[in-house]
Amino acid sequence: MNPLLAIEALQAAYGASQVLFDINLTIQEGQVATLLGRNGMGKTTTVRSICGLTPVCAGKLELSGFDLTGLRPDLIARQGIALVPEGRQIFANLTVREHLIAFFANRFAATDPWTAAKVFAFFPQLAERQQHLGNQLSGGEQQMLAIGRALTTNPRLLILDEATEGLAPLIREEIWRCLAVLRDAGQTILVIDKYVERLITLADHHTIIEKGRVVWHGSSAMLDADHNIWHRYLGI
Amino acid sequence: MTQLFLEQALNGLQFGLMLFLLAAGLTLVFGIMDMVNLSHGSLYMGGAYLGAAAAQASGSFLIGVTAAMLGMAAVGILLEILLLQRLYQRDHLAQVLATFALVLIANDVVRMIWGPQPLLLNPPAALAGPVELFGFIYPAYRLLIIGVGLAVAVFLYLLITHTRAGMWVRAGAANREMAEALGVNVRQLFTVIFALGAALAAAAGVLLGPLLAVQVGMGENILILAFVVIVIGGIGSIRGALMGSLLVGIVDTLGRALLPTLLRAITTPEVAAHLGPALASIMIYLLMASMLFWRPQGLFPARA
Repeated sequence: MNPLLAIEALQAAYGASQVLFDINLTIQEGQVATLLGRNGMGKTTTVRSICGLTPVCAGKLELSGFDLTGLRPDLIARQGIALVPEGRQIFANLTVREHLIAFFANRFAATDPWTAAKVFAFFPQLAERQQHLGNQLSGGEQQMLAIGRALTTNPRLLILDEATEGLAPLIREEIWRCLAVLRDAGQTILVIDKYVERLITLADHHTIIEKGRVVWHGSSAMLDADHNIWHRYLGI
Repeated sequence: MTQLFLEQALNGLQFGLMLFLLAAGLTLVFGIMDMVNLSHGSLYMGGAYLGAAAAQASGSFLIGVTAAMLGMAAVGILLEILLLQRLYQRDHLAQVLATFALVLIANDVVRMIWGPQPLLLNPPAALAGPVELFGFIYPAYRLLIIGVGLAVAVFLYLLITHTRAGMWVRAGAANREMAEALGVNVRQLFTVIFALGAALAAAAGVLLGPLLAVQVGMGENILILAFVVIVIGGIGSIRGALMGSLLVGIVDTLGRALLPTLLRAITTPEVAAHLGPALASIMIYLLMASMLFWRPQGLFPARA
């Protein structure tokens, strides 16, 4: 049985400067995986490469055995990968409601697909702001909208890049609660975040990268047991 | 005076709406693909020629308009797929050079086919005369243009604000990469937008044909105005293009009609006679310059 996502020896560069040298990562269906590492080590570049937004120089990307390497971002999205990007990237000229209907798709015939109505039930705060434009929302609301927008594509893999960054503690808790609900519903997720304690309780599998290479990977129990790893690679 | 003012205001509205047909395509091309397309004016000219020729051959103005729109939409699709797609990744200088070359080529192609003399395009016979409107006389054909322009504006408004395709267009204009990451095939969407923009430019060309001359180089002057419009309105925004077009159309038309008269009231007739037209022709550029100074992102920016 193929893993949902398989990345082998991935390399990527911005122009002449290579950022990723050797990234290996597999995520099984239904798993929550994390990507950890200090700032500037290539976490965001890795997810951008997965989504086809940064070109891959070498290596292989597969989703359920289907080769994604070198595909356009829209084709990768239609294969079932949805991104909640760093900085949220909400469309300033679309209303909250439009964000949730414009990209709706149910390509893998989910029995209870994410619709705008389901997102509003999931994030009641958004329901009160249906007609507001994207740039009229608070940071927390924008984050909920970015997650909701990704969910309405009913993806096989949901990727969150720094979803709790810059949020007030209460809102951050709300986001963690939602991710746990998604996990329990069987959604496969790849998370990038810096709250390691939270990630240990949320996720199953962790991968640490440093200077564009995978330097450690293992289960939550292994990461929890060895705080040297935290210190050495994450600076905590 | 009121009569003159009303008539000129209607003329300004009519000119503004035609500018909108041209600016709508231009602003989306610029806003979504970050592409400076000088050849948009050539699509306008091509539409006018094709429409005039088809109207002459068939004897029907409506057939002329239809032929111009369909013909230029087809030309637009070919142009986009064969040439412009290669230019999106290049910088603005390369785009300006390549599309300026297209302008020169288009002018010569038109000259080869139809000759250097301007083409005559008559308005449909039923609309050739004037009508009485709230007690004053106004050409029926200009009223038709106003009606068509308003209808297209409403159609585009509904398309952009009330359909999913319209949401994709707006999302693409605001953040192309994110729209793609959500599964929108921006490239394909863009070919469709380009065809629509070409058809609208062609429509403006035929509709203005009976009022202005159908001649080689007619696209260049109006293209500059269309760029002024999209800078004022905010690049990538249809709503901005509409407001900018009406503003430019009305300010330009009213300025030309009324400034000399107004100046006569405060200066000598000689000064007014010389200063009036000069001042009138720079009014819209003053408008654009002050917009760039106080609100450089335009009236309705597509990007936040």
